[in-house]
Parts: sequence; C-alpha cells; structure tokens
Amino acid sequence: MFGKLNWSAIPFDQPIPLITSLVLVVIILGALALVTVKGWWPYLWREWITSVDHKRIGVMYILLGVVMLIRGFADAIMMRSQQALAINAPGYLPPEHYNQIFSAHGTIMIFFAAMPLVIGFMNFVTPLQLGVRDVAFPTLNSVSFWLTATGALLVNVSLFVGEFSRVGWLPYPPLSEAAYSPGVGVDYYLWAVQISGIGTLMTGINFVTTVLKMRCPGMTYFRMPMFCWTTLAASLLIVAVFPILTATLAMLSLDRFFGWHYFTNTAGGNPMMFVNLIWAWGHPEVYILVLPAFGIFSEVFSTFSGKPLFGYRSMVAATLFICIVAMMTWLHHFFTMGAGPAVNTAFGISTSIIAVGTGVKIYNWIFTMYGGRVRFSVPMLWSLGFIFTFVIGGMTGVLLAIPPADFLVHNSMFLVAHFHNVIVGGVVFALFAGLDYWFPKAFGFRLHEGWGRASFWFAFFGFWITFTPLYILGLQGMTRRLQHISVEQWRPLLDVSLVGVGVLIVGAACQVTMLVVSILKRDELRDVTGDPWDGRSLEWATPSPAPFFNYAVMPNVEGEEAYWDIKQRAIETQQLTPEPSYEPIEMPVNSPVGFYTAVFATITGFSLIWQIWWLAALGLIAAFAGFVVFAWRDVHELHVPVEEVARVDRARRAARAALIERLASQGALP
Amino acid sequence: MSDVELPVAVEALRRVREDPHRLGHRGHGREGPVPGAGHADTGPANKRIVVGYGFWIFLLSDIVMFSCFFAAFAVQRHATAGGPGIRDLVELPRVALETGALLLSSYTCGLSFAATNARNKLWTQVFLLATGLLGLAFVLMELQEFVSLAARGITPQRSGFLTAFFGLVGLHGLHVSVAGLWLATMMAQVQLKGFRREIIHRLICFNLFWHALDIVWIGIFTIVYLMGSAA
Repeated sequence: MFGKLNWSAIPFDQPIPLITSLVLVVIILGALALVTVKGWWPYLWREWITSVDHKRIGVMYILLGVVMLIRGFADAIMMRSQQALAINAPGYLPPEHYNQIFSAHGTIMIFFAAMPLVIGFMNFVTPLQLGVRDVAFPTLNSVSFWLTATGALLVNVSLFVGEFSRVGWLPYPPLSEAAYSPGVGVDYYLWAVQISGIGTLMTGINFVTTVLKMRCPGMTYFRMPMFCWTTLAASLLIVAVFPILTATLAMLSLDRFFGWHYFTNTAGGNPMMFVNLIWAWGHPEVYILVLPAFGIFSEVFSTFSGKPLFGYRSMVAATLFICIVAMMTWLHHFFTMGAGPAVNTAFGISTSIIAVGTGVKIYNWIFTMYGGRVRFSVPMLWSLGFIFTFVIGGMTGVLLAIPPADFLVHNSMFLVAHFHNVIVGGVVFALFAGLDYWFPKAFGFRLHEGWGRASFWFAFFGFWITFTPLYILGLQGMTRRLQHISVEQWRPLLDVSLVGVGVLIVGAACQVTMLVVSILKRDELRDVTGDPWDGRSLEWATPSPAPFFNYAVMPNVEGEEAYWDIKQRAIETQQLTPEPSYEPIEMPVNSPVGFYTAVFATITGFSLIWQIWWLAALGLIAAFAGFVVFAWRDVHELHVPVEEVARVDRARRAARAALIERLASQGALP
Repeated sequence: MSDVELPVAVEALRRVREDPHRLGHRGHGREGPVPGAGHADTGPANKRIVVGYGFWIFLLSDIVMFSCFFAAFAVQRHATAGGPGIRDLVELPRVALETGALLLSSYTCGLSFAATNARNKLWTQVFLLATGLLGLAFVLMELQEFVSLAARGITPQRSGFLTAFFGLVGLHGLHVSVAGLWLATMMAQVQLKGFRREIIHRLICFNLFWHALDIVWIGIFTIVYLMGSAA
C-alpha cells in the first residue's frame, strides 16, 4: 500500500536530524498559524502564490534561494566542525550521517540556493531592462518557480522522512545503483533534482524567447544592458544542457527502479557513460551560474563608476565565447579516469582557453573603473571583493586544468578550495551585490549601508580564513569528504578554517541584521525617485517599487544606455519630455496552475521516491487534469484602465520633476 | 469585403495575403525588419510569433534529450553481456508498418492544419482523428513488439544493450502517447471552443511536436532498425 514507506523511515534513534526537523516543523507550523491568525492568506494567495508577475516570481525565487543558502550553510558548519573535531577522535557525526551532509550541502547549494538566486535575478531584472511588461510566458514562469520549490521541499523532507543521498552531490554509479545504495537517499536526490530541473529548463526556454523576441522599441541587440546578454547566454546553456541532466537522471532512475543496465558495473552497463553525461551538463552548469553573476557585476561597475561599461562589444563577445566553449571542457572533471594523454591534453587546452574569455571581462571591469568617479557603495564593495577573490580562484582553476598537475591534487581539499573560491567569490558575491543593488527597485527602500559594509568585510575575510587553509591541506595530501582524520599535523589548519567559518557566521548575522534594520528604518531609506544609484539602464526609469505593469508607456530606446540618455536630456533641458498619451494596458491574469502543479509534483515525487506507484499515477493524472482545466480558461488578460496608468505615471513624473527642480535650485544643473 | 461569405479557398488565400509577417514567404535580408516579429528595433513580437518561437526552443531541448538516449545506444550497442544482439530483435516488416503509420499520420496532421487555416472545423477534426488513430496504431504495434520480445526473455534487465534499445525506442513511444493525450484534448477544445486565437496557437505547437516526433522516429528507424538489420 505505501511502498517502502513505514515508521522506521522516521529517524527516532538519531537525535540531530530528529531535533532539527522537529524545530523546523514547529517553525513552519508557527509561520502558518501566524499567517492564518493575521488573515494574510488572501493577500498571499492573490499577490504572491498565484502571481505571474515576473518581479514577484523573482522575489520568491530569491527568498527560496536565501532560505536554502542558510540550510546549506548549516551543513557547511557541521562539516567544518566535524573535521576539526574528528582528528584521531570520533567527532560527533557518524559516517552515514556525515556523508548525507556533504551530499546535501552540494546539492542544496547548487540546485536550490545558487540556481534560484540566479534565476530570481534573471526574472526580476531582465524584463525591466528590456523595457517590456513581462516575460514571454508568464504562467509557465510561475510553474517553473513552483517546480523548483517542490524540489527544495523534497530535499528537506528527506531530513525527517527517510534519508538523503550519501554518494556526493553527483550520484556516481555504480555506488549510486540500487545494489550499493539500496535506501531511498539517492531517490530523494534523483526526484528532487529531476523536478526542479524541469522547472529550470522551462525557465531557460522562457528567457531565450523573452530576450530574443520581447524587447521594447529601439532595443536592438547591441543596445541591451550586459545583464540581458548574460541572461541570454545562461538561458541558451540551460536549453542546451538541462535536457542532458533530465536524461541522465531518468536513466539512473530506470536502473534503480527496474534493474536496467545503463550505468551498472554488470551486464554491459557503463558507469563512465554516467560520468560523461553528468559533466556534459555539469560543466556548463557552472557557467549558467556565473554568467548572470558577471552580468550583475557589469551593471554595478558601470553604475558606481559613473561610466559606460568599458569594451561593451568585447564583453558580449566574451560572454558568447564562454557560452560555447563551456560545452567543450567537461572532461577536465575526470582527467584521472582513464581518457589517455591525447584526450586529456585537448580538454586541458580547452579549459585554459575558456579562461581567456573571463580574463577579457576582468580587464573590462577594471578599465570601467579607470578614470571614473568610483563610489564605494555596498554593491561596489562586493564587486571589488569579487575581482580579487575570483582572479585567484580562476588561477587555481587554470592550475587544475593542466592534467599532470590535476593528477596530484584531484579529489583533494585543494579542489574543494578552488571551486568554493570561484563559486563563492564569483556567484555568491554577485548575488549579494545584486541584492543590495536591486532591493530598492523591489521594495521601495534601500538596505542599510553600515550593516551592508559590515557583512561584506566579515564575509570577505571569513571566506579567505576558511579556504586558504584548505588549499594548503590539499597540497599536503588531504582528500575531500573525510569523516575521520588521522593526521595530527593537519589540526592547526583545520582549526583556522573553523575560525573562518565563525567569521562567516558573523557575516551572515550582519546580513540578517541589515535586513531587519532596513525594514525598521524603511522611511529614512525610502527611494522616492526610483533611481537611487544614478543608474544607466531602463529599470531605473520606473518608480520604486516598480508598478506591476513596469512601464506606463513602453520606452523608446535611442542609444546604448537607454535611461542615461533620457536622464541627460532631462538635465540639459531642465524638464521632462512632454506627457505621453496613456493607453489602457493588457496584463496576464494570475493563475493558480503553478501552485497546483507543485502540489501534485510533490505528491508524485514523494510517492515515486517511496515507490507508492498508485499514488504516483494519481498525482500524474491530477497534474494532467490541472493542465486541461487551465487550457479551458476563457480570460487570459486583465485590462489596466487608462486612469490607473496615468495616475501611476504622473506620480513618477512629479517625483522626477521635483528632483530636477531641486537640482536646479542648488545650481547643480548646467 | 469581409462581410461577404467567400469560398473556403479564397478565404485561405486572403488570410495568407493578410498575414503581416508573411512567414515563409519572404526573402532573407532584402526587406527591412517586420513589426510584430520581434526583429531588430521594432518592439516585442506578437503572441503568435512568441508562442511558436518558444515551442521551437522547447523542441530543440527535447531533441537534446533524445540525443542522450541515442548516445547511450551507440555506446552500449555491443554490450550484450552474452545475450541477444540487435540482429535478434529487428523484424523489418513490422517496423516498416510502424514507420508507414507514423509518416502517414504526419501527412494527415499537415492536412488538418490546412483545414485549420481554412477555418474548417469538420475537416480539421477528421484529419486530427486520423492522425490520432494512426498514432495509436503505431503505439500498439510497438507495444506488441515489446510484449513479444519480453515473451522471448528479451527485456531491458538482460543487458546494457537491451536497456539502451528499450530506453530509446520506449522514450519515443512515450512521447507519441503523451502527444496522443494532447491531441485528444485539442480535439475537444476545437469542438467546444472553436478556432480561437490561442487554440490556433496550440494547434501550431501540436503540429510542430508531431512532426518533430516523426523526425526522431526516422532517426530511430535508421540507426536502430535499418543499421541493426544490416549488422
């Protein structure tokens, strides 16, 4: 009746997951109770859960990413403290639990923290920068988000019901096959990632179409802000490689469920095929994460240097170059697995070549600052920290790209330090920069400057104190994923690394404090003009927070830096352009289909994990029924009356006019 | 002009002439960008273009997924683990019949869209039904093939080669089955809601999907069955 599910799935005998999950259940129930008592459900349902507004969906993605970032960080704290405590001692985490933690850490950080954060920014920013009112497929966008949330939920359910995968963030066979991992851990991994991966694929399709087909009048390709280019490149990569992930995970599921032989080490199965397929997805995946991060930095450097981005066209070329070469380097993840010198050399060269594209970008950012009037605001701090951190991470990467060197340090803590160096320094720093940069556009007030600076400095030094020792430990021969350590000499460096984690915790606490303080002081931090940073791209032309239709009148772009041109003209003539004639706007209506899909995807995913076949079938039928009902809808669009459009835009114009008047009275205008 | 009833063929001609994007009827690069097609600086494309474009992107991603299963087949083709090989599986007469049914269904699918273009509900439905029945015949023949193979002990659990064979062919069969569900839904929609704008968009997408599955089958027919029988 219930497949493999029974009471022994609840970890009554393991205090750590049991207590953690009980605390989580209490927090979730408390939050639900609060929402119910306060009567917030109608608001949440109407404005968020069923919303198809790209900005709301973006904010929900970012919220999901931040929550999962904290979860993944908790795993990281446990790993670092276990390694510091388990030197010739048992530590506090038994092996099977420790293995689940490092598997969960990688899975959560890549799939459910970094990806939602990156996609969240793509959602929030891209349509605004393109000067349009929504993405190409708004309802599909909502479905994508809810599928990602389903995956995140399933990973976290594994804490309480059953177990998580113990085989690392990529389930290499034959270890991940049913013969060697008979529990449900790998199945949790497979279905959580499969479901969220389908959501990501739909996001990729959505954003390729959005960037290529939905740009405001005048927005030619070479007038698009850099972030839009990186969104396009990342989305193209998603479309090209996420189907590989889907196929590979499906094959492994078939092996596990039905005893097929794609990747088994018996009867003609081929484990190396898995390794090739998963990295054919996995290497482009890191560029899917880092390209939009590069886009964020490009916006920040140019805005806070008061200059156009240096070498815009070379930046576009470098982005597309990386997009293509990203698919030609996958084998460097397994130089040691028997490909032979010729193949290894080819992939070593392609890996070194891809660094050229990144190098072009680094120089462009530095030259953007050169001769500019640089303002060291919080987003700029993260960006400068990024240049320093990422260049070093990139150089250790080029070192690993040399096959003979890789043979010495592969699978060591050196590798762990390297990829954290690029992912934390590249992606996470970008996400914090973007959070500070676009927060006012989402909520109408800036984040507190002082706490933002504090969180940067703690994160920056915390990062280096944590990971520098890992580089050294890797060179000394420490392999990754050790639950037990028997080399006494490694103790001082492991202790230093643990101290670094402490500094990072302080940094995270500063971020939370920043958020709380900013909300409390939101009236002081209010952004009345909609342009708090003296921005250059179109999103700063709308009020903060942006109205749900983004633009009262679709902008008409006449140059490379759309909003900067408009602003310069207003300053020169000391007045705004004449009031446009407003027209009613058509916007897509809200839809519960995304949430509905998530409910049944959760049920189906959970029952597949536990092999409750009848429930899985029911879930699929219900999902199909949901799509049919959705396809039967008669109302697709709602009309925003012209009075409402005019009211919002006149308020925006009044704020801008007041600003010009104030500047003029101060004699700040020419 | 528009309030006079025109013969169906003339009506269709008129529609082609009035198609502002003249998709498939334009030269490349000789004329300027077309407003509403999302070209250059003309502003966002209209819904028809956006839907079709997005669906093409989806089809590309689906073909990438198939390519993984083709790759697995190529890798594991000789991994028979002492069990049956490709020569023991292929029954060309049945496969020829399957291929005929599927190719014919693509033809009827195209006819259904010609009828849709003429806004003729009856013929749209007749040809969609024919498409669905031919697709059903294809799926049933494939199912019968699988069952008869299983009766001879030829199952995916036997070897890596058989896993790759059943995986690739089965994935295509699954696609055709799901497309059949979609087709049934579309027929009901056409019947009850008529040729609304969004329903025509969906019919365009369905047509694209059906033809894409046909193209994938040509790949399977060639690489798995024809090359298999010659092995």
